[in-house]
Amino acid sequence: MSMDYFQYLRKEKMPHIWCPGCGHGTIMKSILRALDKLKWNQDDVVVVSGIGCSSRTPGYLDFNTLHTTHGRALAFATGIKVANPKLHVIVVSGDGDAMAIGGNHFIHACRRNIEITLIVFNNNIYGMTGGQASPTTFTGFKGTTAPYGAIEQPFNVCSMAQAAGATFVARALDLDAVAMDRLIVQAMQNKGFSVVDAWSQCTTYFGRPNKWGDASDMMEHYKALTYNVRLSDKMTEEEKAGKYPVGVLHQATRPEFCAEYDKLIERVRPVEK
Amino acid sequence: MSKRYEVRLAGSGGQGLVLGGVILAEAASIFDGKNATQSQSYGPESRGGASKSEVIISEGEIDYPKATHIDLLLLMTEAAAEKYLKDVPETALVVADLDLVPTAIPDKLRSVKIPITRLARETVGKEFVANIVALGALQELTGIVSFESLKKAVLARVPKGTEELNLKALSVGQEAAREYDGKNIPH
Amino acid sequence: MSDEATKPSGTVKFLSGNEACMEGAIAAGCRFFAGYPISPSSEIAEKMSGRLPKLGGKFIQMEDEIASMGAIIGASLAGQKTMTATSGPGFSLMQENLGFAMMAEVPCVVINVMRGGPSTGNPTGPSQSDVMQCRWGTHGDHPAIALSPSTIREVFDTTVACFNFAEMMRTPVVLAMDEITAHMREKIVIPPAAEIALINRRKPALQAGETYYPYEAGEDLVPPMMNFGEGARYHVTGLDHDRTGFPSAAAEVQESLHRRLVDKIERHLEKLLLFEHHRTEDAEVLVVAYGSTARSAKRAVEEARAKGVKAGLFRPITLYPIPEKQIEAAAAHAKRVVVPEMNLGQYKLEVERILGKGPAITGVNRVNGEPIAPSLILSAILGD
Repeated sequence: MSMDYFQYLRKEKMPHIWCPGCGHGTIMKSILRALDKLKWNQDDVVVVSGIGCSSRTPGYLDFNTLHTTHGRALAFATGIKVANPKLHVIVVSGDGDAMAIGGNHFIHACRRNIEITLIVFNNNIYGMTGGQASPTTFTGFKGTTAPYGAIEQPFNVCSMAQAAGATFVARALDLDAVAMDRLIVQAMQNKGFSVVDAWSQCTTYFGRPNKWGDASDMMEHYKALTYNVRLSDKMTEEEKAGKYPVGVLHQATRPEFCAEYDKLIERVRPVEK
Repeated sequence: MSKRYEVRLAGSGGQGLVLGGVILAEAASIFDGKNATQSQSYGPESRGGASKSEVIISEGEIDYPKATHIDLLLLMTEAAAEKYLKDVPETALVVADLDLVPTAIPDKLRSVKIPITRLARETVGKEFVANIVALGALQELTGIVSFESLKKAVLARVPKGTEELNLKALSVGQEAAREYDGKNIPH
Repeated sequence: MSDEATKPSGTVKFLSGNEACMEGAIAAGCRFFAGYPISPSSEIAEKMSGRLPKLGGKFIQMEDEIASMGAIIGASLAGQKTMTATSGPGFSLMQENLGFAMMAEVPCVVINVMRGGPSTGNPTGPSQSDVMQCRWGTHGDHPAIALSPSTIREVFDTTVACFNFAEMMRTPVVLAMDEITAHMREKIVIPPAAEIALINRRKPALQAGETYYPYEAGEDLVPPMMNFGEGARYHVTGLDHDRTGFPSAAAEVQESLHRRLVDKIERHLEKLLLFEHHRTEDAEVLVVAYGSTARSAKRAVEEARAKGVKAGLFRPITLYPIPEKQIEAAAAHAKRVVVPEMNLGQYKLEVERILGKGPAITGVNRVNGEPIAPSLILSAILGD
């Protein structure tokens, strides 16, 4: 990997705020490699985020960048994309941002199938605010607001996305950056709404209280909790029980919002004389 | 302050009274060159239940856009009669649908009963033009707008293909009211 | 493209306030609308959904008002003049992102057709009870511009003014209409496009190679604005930020940012103040009223004059910033001031603050879903 990351980074904004061992930097670099591969003009790329650790990403990236309010990134991004469909719009969000406070925007962006790529930096915890349980905290796991272990069921980001109508849905682990690169490129190439559930370890607030060890120990835990979707056919239901598939989980072709709107304009616009 | 002429069209949802009010106000303001405002009851009240449309017409500026001293009251349901006859001033003219408003209009009021809806259904052929029949009658009785302007306003608002029907409704209303000739309106 | 579709000509129409608002927005150059249905504002969204695609513009119905506000900010950053329309409960939901637009200095227009509150309140009755929310609805110190029209022509004109002010000041602008103004119909002469003065966001005059600082303001305190996709690749955040747009925790940066956001309104005050004096020059009883209530007030003033009482009306069209000097001038001879409004005395608080211990100030207040009849205001003028 000989690409120059700094052509896409705002060098003066380094060092980033993420803790040692955090997986967010890995995901950010994967996004940059994907963008490098796609060769989009930097001026035509907009990166939008909400609030949280992951949502600091746009500040480090040398594109048009927008750091919005908590949970609302997809709403702002929708406005940008609809107003100027030539722009490539990428949303980075956390599990709390996308699935709790932004849950309504998430399902509706999926439903509209608008050509935006959402990368959910999913670390199963609210990091920025100090380790509170999130909608993807596994049942029984601890957070500062779940001191006895979460009693709720977590959301499955990918199942939600598929059910709501997203046309590209994938899960990627930061421990397999090569696969993540491939999945993010595919997501960005999809002519519709794409979701990548990108797993990242929060050593500070998820690893520590749950006694999951340091970053590499946590990666082992996540590895044990997942399986490659390509091997799904060869696995028994028992082997898959309670585990999450990784890879491309759903692809579909459905009308894309901006394209449909252009057709609408063609249909109703008065003929030029 | 110029003299205001205040009209209240009252009945139930589906009788086209909001459109009736809009047409009357457009006849007065756009085609007769006066000023007019139109307002209406709105919301849950306007669905299926009671419907009210008010038109204020004046040569001068219209400040308060709601009726305060009614000059002309159209009643298209018994419920409207119960609700609005209470506070109508003695100077007002009341026009009611003969079949739909069985209540006797108090003697102290000038009033006319015309089978508006029946005329729409039987003479014009479509009950939904009762509002236009009513407008024809109101014009004939009051002259508050000119017939020509009312005709133009009707044509500007009604759906394409229904022009003939609506013009007929206007004439039928006008003729039904003609026998009262504006002077012999019974008390 | 036909003229009919592209611009309203100097034509006479008979429109409701909500319809006139749509016409004003189109005339102002609005080509993006995001909204969520709510009484009594929904006709604006309905009309926009019909008109915008004919002009190549975009309408999108969002999942809620929070998203609607976010979408119009995003679309504005992408270069469009943008608008949403709502009523009290939706306006409450918009406050978060309205604050973002103020902080990030993103021009956009919010139409709030006021209804009774708090909560679901009276969805279809008129009210003016969002006045203070227009000023202080979102958290933190912040700039606020809010207009309130009284006539249908004025709905058109103030909607255009909202866009002009938003673009000129780089800030969201609110049009606070009441339900009476929104739904009543009146004759309106829509001026030809050539007669409508439009203001567009000022672009920076950059030399080749010069860095664009999105939040560096000159004398006028309003930074020039580039749109996303125009090559500047800058950063926008709701956090306290410096001239580069990036977050800053430096005390002096925060202090100067917040002061500038508020001061820029003061700097351009005269251009933002719209108002009407009606027989105030010798008024011994001054009525201060806005929106549809001002129509009742005007009639009450005329009736009082007919009885020999020197009454006058001051009508702020710009509610915020407040035309303070103009209110003082209108009250110069006033022994008493009457402030009628369809709330429990929100703007009266402002009038009391401005006029201090001068004339006696009384409110005429209704929160029953009924308009304030001229007779009620007349009684107050006469001191009955």
